[in-house]
Amino acid sequence: MSLLELHGVTKRFGGLLANQEVSFTVEAGQIVGLIGPNGAGKTTAFNCVAGYYTPSAGRIDLDGKTISGLSPEACARAGVGRTFQVARTFTSMTAVENVMAAALLHERRVAAARITALKWLAFVGLERFAEKPAGSMTISEQRRLAVARALATGPKLLLMDEVMAGLNPSEVREMVAVVKAIRDQGIACLIVEHVLEGIMPIADKIVVLDRGLKIADGTPAEVSRDPAVIAAYLGDV
Amino acid sequence: MNSLKITAGLAIAAALLPLATSNPTHLNLAILVLMAAQLGVAWNLLGGYAGQVSLGHAAFYGIGAYASTMLLLNFGINPWLGMLLGGVIAAALSFLFGWSCFRLKGHYFAMATIAVAELVQIVFTNWDYAGSAVGLTIPMSHQGWGAMVFAQKAPYYWLALGLLVLTLAATLAVERSHVGYYLRAIKDEPDAARSIGIDIARYKQIALSLSAFFTALGGSLYAQKELYIDPASVLGTGLSIKMALVSILGGVGTMFGPVVGAVVLTVIEELTRVAFGGSGRGTDTIIYAGLIIVIAVFYPNGLLGWVRERRARGRAERASLAQEAAR
Repeated sequence: MSLLELHGVTKRFGGLLANQEVSFTVEAGQIVGLIGPNGAGKTTAFNCVAGYYTPSAGRIDLDGKTISGLSPEACARAGVGRTFQVARTFTSMTAVENVMAAALLHERRVAAARITALKWLAFVGLERFAEKPAGSMTISEQRRLAVARALATGPKLLLMDEVMAGLNPSEVREMVAVVKAIRDQGIACLIVEHVLEGIMPIADKIVVLDRGLKIADGTPAEVSRDPAVIAAYLGDV
Repeated sequence: MNSLKITAGLAIAAALLPLATSNPTHLNLAILVLMAAQLGVAWNLLGGYAGQVSLGHAAFYGIGAYASTMLLLNFGINPWLGMLLGGVIAAALSFLFGWSCFRLKGHYFAMATIAVAELVQIVFTNWDYAGSAVGLTIPMSHQGWGAMVFAQKAPYYWLALGLLVLTLAATLAVERSHVGYYLRAIKDEPDAARSIGIDIARYKQIALSLSAFFTALGGSLYAQKELYIDPASVLGTGLSIKMALVSILGGVGTMFGPVVGAVVLTVIEELTRVAFGGSGRGTDTIIYAGLIIVIAVFYPNGLLGWVRERRARGRAERASLAQEAAR
């Protein structure tokens, strides 16, 4: 049994098939990259796992329990943490309060939640900014804050939606270090990413989607040699 | 700590005010301020902290006023108990209010709340058992603390102050608990709030029920003070708007914002009424509205928000000056 299993997940929006019979697995403690050209259905698959969409067909299991069809808050409780393409931090709160709001899921005492929150802020290298309003932080800081917030819910699986997009090379390196450190905590990461040079070196496995279908799945080396993947990215040569 | 001392000092000064003035007009103004502040603080639980702007809170105010009055007139239930029951009834009915209105977001939520409040007003206007449009009168035959009926103003002042302190204490408890964090999260980014396991429907309803409970207590107090209620005086749309205005002017989502807003708004309201009320009809309302526009345009974060921003800017300037001096 894998940590996360997608079994033939299909998501239809009216006449559009955003995901068609997509199946793949994520093992505990693995970093899995979910890549593909624009419109491939990466974010849709992601939203199905996080409970924001209910699959039209198919099943999603986390740790042997079916989570497809659950609400986002129930998925969070089941152990799915997530970040968004835009950081969506709570801008009226300070950095530490952002993370506290998440830590309160399992620890209802505010003082204890604060201790947990400070730990995760330090984990992503933001402890200096604990009392800074989230709204006045840079994009890169807010991305890491969103990661700390997701981690504070104690997830088994962390979904990261384009956490490296728009970051400069040194910020990408910082984020890569954070992702590796998350895996070292035993938390699996499923990462939707456009920045291939960020994800390829650290992923244990890459899943490639194109036009809603899974076209390849394997180690980064296998996938980058795959003719179907090359065709999808470069067009039929 | 310093702000706590200031708060305590203000509270003591406020409690002693009736001993300092014997002028019933001044005392009445003070009571109006306290009552407006209490309503603003109660409204703020939902509108400020959870960011759900309700323009239908008069429904809860009226339900509180009618519940305690009808329980007294028809069943002889003591107003203290009636007030509590009114709060509980309003909180219970708020589930219906939430069930119908929380399906909508933003401005549409606000519009739906207006509709629900209008509905409640129509029901009471046509409900004979509740006195319909004629209203209900509370007899003065029993007086004193037991009956919550007084010939003097001072006891009402202390009642209003006590109710305000109670509502502020509830707000503080919410602010410091996980509920306060959850409400602010829902206000800022509802989707992200769900991603960290917050059941947003449940917490919006918690905020609404608390807000409805305390708003209804304010309604019961009004009934006991005026000894007369009718649909226009306790269920009117103007009341709903005033509750929102008090918070928005003072600063939403802050504990004392509505108190500041209530002082400013009530004083403006009374001054314009005294100065212009007799001469040109409606002049007072025009000036009142004009001042609201001025405040809304120049202080969009409310008066307390403006003070905080100035302080923060001052701190930042001092910090940069100190840095330059060090160089």
